[in-house]
Amino acid sequence: MAELFHRKLERSAIGFVLAIIAAASVGGIVEIAPLFTIDDTVEEAPDMRVYTPLELAGRNIYVREGCYACHSQMIRTLQDEVERYGPYSLAVESKYDRPMLWGSKRTGPDVARVGGKYSDSWHVAHLMNPREVVPESNMPSYAFLARTTLRTGDLSEHLAAQRALGVPYTPEMVENAARDAFGQAFPDGSEAAGVVERYGAATNVSAFDGQSGKLTEMDALVAYLQVLGRLTDAAHKGSAVAENTPDTAN
Amino acid sequence: MIRQLTGSERQLAAIMLGLVAVVGVAMAAAGRNDTMGVHGLIVMLFAGALMYPLFSAIGAPEPTEDREASYYDDPIKVGIVLSMIWAVFGMFMGVWVAAQLAWPGLAFDGAWSTFGRLRPTHTSGVIFGFGGNALIATAFHVVQRTSRARLAGQISPWFVLFGYNLFCVLAVSGYLMGVTQSKEYAEAEWYADLWLVVVWVTFFVLYLRTIARRKEPHIYVANWYFMAFIVVVAILHIVNNLALPISWGSAKSYTVWPGVQDAMVQWWYGHNAVAFFLTAGFLGMLYYYLPVRAQRPIFSYRLSILSFWGITFFYMWAGSHHLHYTALPHWVQTLGMTFSVMLLVPSWASAGNALLTLNGAWHRVRDDATLRFMTAAAIFYGLSTFEGSFLAIRPVNALSHYTDWTVGHVHAGALGWVALITFGSLYTLVPSLWKRERMYSATLVEVHFWLAIAGTLIYVFAMWNSGVIQGLMWRTYTGDGALAYSFVDSLVAMYPYYIARTIGGLLFLIGAIIGCYNMWMTVRAVPETVSRQGDLPVAATVPGE
Repeated sequence: MAELFHRKLERSAIGFVLAIIAAASVGGIVEIAPLFTIDDTVEEAPDMRVYTPLELAGRNIYVREGCYACHSQMIRTLQDEVERYGPYSLAVESKYDRPMLWGSKRTGPDVARVGGKYSDSWHVAHLMNPREVVPESNMPSYAFLARTTLRTGDLSEHLAAQRALGVPYTPEMVENAARDAFGQAFPDGSEAAGVVERYGAATNVSAFDGQSGKLTEMDALVAYLQVLGRLTDAAHKGSAVAENTPDTAN
Repeated sequence: MIRQLTGSERQLAAIMLGLVAVVGVAMAAAGRNDTMGVHGLIVMLFAGALMYPLFSAIGAPEPTEDREASYYDDPIKVGIVLSMIWAVFGMFMGVWVAAQLAWPGLAFDGAWSTFGRLRPTHTSGVIFGFGGNALIATAFHVVQRTSRARLAGQISPWFVLFGYNLFCVLAVSGYLMGVTQSKEYAEAEWYADLWLVVVWVTFFVLYLRTIARRKEPHIYVANWYFMAFIVVVAILHIVNNLALPISWGSAKSYTVWPGVQDAMVQWWYGHNAVAFFLTAGFLGMLYYYLPVRAQRPIFSYRLSILSFWGITFFYMWAGSHHLHYTALPHWVQTLGMTFSVMLLVPSWASAGNALLTLNGAWHRVRDDATLRFMTAAAIFYGLSTFEGSFLAIRPVNALSHYTDWTVGHVHAGALGWVALITFGSLYTLVPSLWKRERMYSATLVEVHFWLAIAGTLIYVFAMWNSGVIQGLMWRTYTGDGALAYSFVDSLVAMYPYYIARTIGGLLFLIGAIIGCYNMWMTVRAVPETVSRQGDLPVAATVPGE
């Protein structure tokens, strides 16, 4: 009977294609659509802040260089991961992340909570030549970041696009994006106050790459690395306990 | 090739190339301060390079014979050549990035040669360049032969083939310049993605129109798989790549999917790229070239139906197994795991169907390396689908995820299944398309086979070892409850395996280069002897039709 039906289906190209679309659509619809409607998919985090323009530019460098191929940003709910990297990652922590950078491979360690773990100068030295700091490392050198001027002319367009997609940047933030990028990297400059005013007192204003006078891609990337895991405290407040690693659980 | 086209078709082709060049000019102008401008130049060069052969033959005599009385094989031949060029490029990049992990100094002092930028040139080069061109070429071949009808277009097959390669060139050159969405296996930026949609819709229409011309009442199994490949890849590609460019003159865009939803969409795409690009399409090859080469009919029609619909339905649920123990809601992880385990049934039904087809032809498997390529591919398909279901089980995934085990699993599939079935199919196809009696050297096919098998096994065993060791080191505790190893300890333990993996990849690359040489010499040195008799479509003008 089923075979007879299939013999009929095989005679119609259009019918066959429609059947393929029908069969292939179910799984995706069932698994994806509810993620937008079930409220507790993404936790509440009233203290969540947005990336500053400099951090966003740094994130785009991380995206451009394909860092996700070796570094995850997703601490799983396993005991050993929580002990190694810190509280496990919550969905809300990446709610402004386009794309998400959870990654799929750890040739290097997870960086979801690397913010604040090392000094700015450690990051710069490490990115200049990883083996200077970690002799066993197989990470490439990113010395070119320190000699490349950060492109700031289109930062307003970046923020405007993010705003159009629902990230809560204000019109002032969009308008002042380039200025705020400079302000965050030059603590003694006149533009530093504006960044803190717009993005909050907790904003990390620092001469990230240690060079004065020039805003480089190194500044941006280090600013981004230093904010990883620090957009909200939600993960540190949670009372949830990590799961035991499966083979040790009993 | 141009001589097969009529005068008006040549004009149409020239107009289309002109339009593409105009798009290139527009991109170069709009993106003059951006990497997009470089891509505009590449688009112009690409169109210009194709205009050269077109215009040098534009005044040639028009075809006089009835084209409907023969199959349209020119685009297939070019597709095979492009596929092998991409194979060598993509595998070379793979060996290079593998070597970089063992010897990080193997890079130039520039952004373009860092691991992060080179790695997607390897993945896109082999998956889309090598695999994609092989799929397009074999799809064009299989649909004509099983429908006994010529392709339903004179220019559209060329448009599909070259348009697709333009996409590949834009993707790979973009990664070197830092143009990437950093969405794994969907790295190409928005304008390349849009272009691929145009190309893919043309491919779909061409395929359906050719099937509609078939002189057989039933659509053969191989075509089911090619249709699923074309249709579902279109859906996946469009949904996953929905993005907002920051301006018309910028290569940068932001995906519409945020955070956790992006993770789910990405791996729904990622896993089904494996399912419908790397499985369905290549099963289409298997269902045609394996029985042809073995000279045996497919073992079971019912198993074909079961496995086809099982794969089409189940795979789409499985993507969330890439996100076990993450911030993705638990219910989605559980669904993904459940369907991944169930997937073993249709997967093994396919593999079993292929192997049982060889009953009565095992002596051919022993004597004919080409058929052995396809047999080994079916075995690796069975092994890696088993491994895939196994790795999708949550507690197993706790160990394997983020480690080289995943990389080993992917390569068991990509080298052992996808590449072997492709080489087997191409070694069958090349002599028949160029009307040669046989490949130039059966010995070289044999050498290629053993290099490929040795390379795959070395690679996969190295990655199994490194992955399991890595996973265990990360979770090992000392007696007093502290983590026993730092991350760097686990990295140091990886180096021997990274070297072994590079050697495995190198063997596989050498095999592919030998394959290229053998195909080249087949076309050049083996006399054209095989007559066309029998290999003809049922012409549209047959009396009584």
